[in-house]
Amino acid sequence: MATTTTKTEKLVGKRIRRREDPRLITGTATYVDDIQMPGLHHACIVRSPHGAAKIKSINIKPALEFPGVAAVFIGKDTEKVGPVPCGASLPGLRVPHHHILAMDRVYFVGHPVAVVVATDRYIARDAAEAIEVDYQPLPTVTDPEKAITAGAPPVHPEWPDNIAFNYHQDGGDIDKAFAEADVVVKQRITSQRLIPSAMETRGVVAEWLAGDRALTLHTSTQVPHLVRTLVAQMLGLEENRLRVITPEVGGGFGSKLNIYAEEALMGFIAMKIGKPVKWIESRRENFTCTIHGRGHVDYYEVAAKKDGTVLGIKLKLIQDLGAYHQLLTPVIPTLSVLMMPGLYRCQNIRADIVGVFTNAVPTDAYRGAGRPEATHGIERMMDLLAAELKMDPVDIRRKNFIANDAFPFATATGLMYDSGNYAAPLDKALETVGYKKLREEQKQARADGRLMGIGLSTYGEICAIGPSPATPAGGWESATVKIEPSGKVTVMTGCSPHGQGEETTFAQVAADELGVGIDDVLVVHGDTAIVQYGIGTFGSRGTAIGGAAMYYAIQELKEKIKKFGALLLGSDDVTFANGVCTCNKTGQSVPLAQIAAASYRAMKLPPNTEPGLVATNFWEPPNFTFPFGAHIVITEIDRETGAIEIKRYVAIDDCGNILNPLIVDGQVHGGVVQGLGQALWEQAVYDDSGQLITGEMMDYAIPKASNIPWIETGHTTTPSPVNPLGVKGVGEAGTIGCSPAVVNSVVDALSPLGVRHIDMPLTPEKIWNLIQRGGRA
Amino acid sequence: MTRSITLTINGTKRTDTVEPRLLLIHYLREVAGLTGPHIGCETSLCGACTVHVDGKAIKSCTMFAVQADGAKVLTIEGLDASGKLDPMQEAFWNEHGLQCGFCTPGMIMTAKQIIERNPNPTDEEIRAGIEGNLCRCTGYQHIVNAVRSLAVKA
Repeated sequence: MATTTTKTEKLVGKRIRRREDPRLITGTATYVDDIQMPGLHHACIVRSPHGAAKIKSINIKPALEFPGVAAVFIGKDTEKVGPVPCGASLPGLRVPHHHILAMDRVYFVGHPVAVVVATDRYIARDAAEAIEVDYQPLPTVTDPEKAITAGAPPVHPEWPDNIAFNYHQDGGDIDKAFAEADVVVKQRITSQRLIPSAMETRGVVAEWLAGDRALTLHTSTQVPHLVRTLVAQMLGLEENRLRVITPEVGGGFGSKLNIYAEEALMGFIAMKIGKPVKWIESRRENFTCTIHGRGHVDYYEVAAKKDGTVLGIKLKLIQDLGAYHQLLTPVIPTLSVLMMPGLYRCQNIRADIVGVFTNAVPTDAYRGAGRPEATHGIERMMDLLAAELKMDPVDIRRKNFIANDAFPFATATGLMYDSGNYAAPLDKALETVGYKKLREEQKQARADGRLMGIGLSTYGEICAIGPSPATPAGGWESATVKIEPSGKVTVMTGCSPHGQGEETTFAQVAADELGVGIDDVLVVHGDTAIVQYGIGTFGSRGTAIGGAAMYYAIQELKEKIKKFGALLLGSDDVTFANGVCTCNKTGQSVPLAQIAAASYRAMKLPPNTEPGLVATNFWEPPNFTFPFGAHIVITEIDRETGAIEIKRYVAIDDCGNILNPLIVDGQVHGGVVQGLGQALWEQAVYDDSGQLITGEMMDYAIPKASNIPWIETGHTTTPSPVNPLGVKGVGEAGTIGCSPAVVNSVVDALSPLGVRHIDMPLTPEKIWNLIQRGGRA
Repeated sequence: MTRSITLTINGTKRTDTVEPRLLLIHYLREVAGLTGPHIGCETSLCGACTVHVDGKAIKSCTMFAVQADGAKVLTIEGLDASGKLDPMQEAFWNEHGLQCGFCTPGMIMTAKQIIERNPNPTDEEIRAGIEGNLCRCTGYQHIVNAVRSLAVKA
């Protein structure tokens, strides 16, 4: 029985191929839409085609006449279901009541109005088309700046100014900083609305067992336990009667860090009809109804001395919220404020956020969530300041970097940066591209009439989100580690990985700590009936918090292992290492499997010790972590077409200790490409009537393999003191560092024409027009 | 109105009665029980539903099951039918060519066709070859590495 292997070779830090892959490469993994069960019904949702309208009447009769239709529900049927929750608690925040189905009015294209339930998904769709909704269209506003001008159509009639909240933050003495400045640089900078576009759309299967009073929701989410708590509240169901199972999740990027109307709606339907029901979001619905990201208009002012020292940063941030608050909608721009100073020691800031309702789907967390916007802002401003002072962009950054001996460093925004060596990744990136020689080449290129650009960003992040006081839903994470009677190790993590590879990295850590083989470790997640309460996977937190919780649970177990080992060896002087407990006097040893068996058999117990080897840890991090890095992008622009060619992309990241370089590189690549998507191609466009005109993949430009460059990755290592693994998080780094480096490069290429700023996305049309007009916007 | 169709799927012949409007992807997933191919966009743009029909990689979300009547269909589940992983599956595993895995079954079927048609593709040819398959996680670089690792050097 006891076949657990012992080993001494360390796995942490090795390029180990992933343990979750066999099921994924063979097509045997189970995503929500793969779930079948007897009597399964299918739901199809009727959604508003208008950006704003009154609902005059709904005729559901034609739908009910379809053979196979089991039920149709509209807003008044679900009125008693609680509202879609908003987890934010900003002072004075206006929170519209967010019914799961529209009542008498719709607020954005895609707003759910009715739901048809049928025995077959084709019938459900046919019947949904037959429902007649009589709308009286109303004026709409989708541009957040227009929405706060006088006379704009009110999104919510009760708040005609369209302002959901104002938020103000001051740090240091901003007025003094601006009074003492030699130079002030100003710029309006936008971070356009983006569509997260996980390859798997959302989906829910709900099953109600009336006899057990038990509801099971299979849902594609990043936060199964939060879904359980909040959907149970919405449905008025006892929390312990709701089980949430997160099967395989096909990408999230923040878009599944939420509680959605459809999760409660499917639970409601299953309880009403007594049959299991499945809803799978169409891609069109995913684009119109799942949260979007970004949506900033930022007005920056930076005050500096002649030598490039930044004295103060002012930001007026207009956040496009959409029509409602989803779970974290109003919180996201506050993260931008926290990140405002970037890697620079400037101690004076002022930020004003205006949160604005628009007739559009809500914005919320999308990869980076507030930090890409802030990084884009400060990194663009550093280049603008460098240009103003005729300094090299590298020099101005070095001038302002927080010094290595200044950590932990208190920022003007109230953060405490954990550790840093900001020049290290910059130096490495500069060396990789041969920066000095490159600037010489650029001179020659310009002399030849070519538009060559060199751009960089030195970015910081707030990761491992986060300490509970700073996080709306609790910022700790949990782990239970069980050493089974056979010595096999089961790790149950409260995280909910969905591509990040923690079934592998956690197993590496557990195997090293316990001295067992990696195949002896199983990492389990995503089922609230099996796994202790947890928070989930987002904000580059999985390994930095969830991994730390596992580490501490293992340390507790190691103490217990030593007690049982001591009992078996008849000595109090024992060491546990490499999977065996050894008597330090006699050299006699017992392997873990034998200790585990003895702990469960419990013929004898050590003093004050319970049987078994199970430990649970809920770990509250003392701080965020603050990864950083430097990206350099070399571009060349075709004058005839405006097309941008990325000649080189160098990404040097410092995410602290690296558990698995293969996985870290994959995270950086994926992050960079989502950043490239924002910088170059992607934009959610609503027209003035509230139609999403980028409503399909045909119109929304998700990066393809053929239009992205080779990404050269590299790392420096500055361990975090915040957690015992020394890790900082890497999921969002690529995205956060990317967009300013690209835009800085393109602006640099066009600077001979007098261009000083361009808003994203940098489409060829935009660039071509700039070139045609000699650089004038 | 229904029609009877007969297909050979992953080497096994089967006959079913289907509605003419039933999409091949729904037939494979819900009638034949092969949930490896996925539905990502319903419009032929993302490629998550890619399978081989008579040896050609096609997007099964925009083909009717009745159009595949008489055809030989190969899905991701057919690649390791012998109990051994296909070299392309192994390559994706070795090179970390997947993260969430949702696009992977379609991506592997397309990648196989690239190598079948051109045993020694350049990186550019690999990227052009998979441009009909979207991946939101990997940034494609490890996928390119995976396909390149199987290239037969001339």
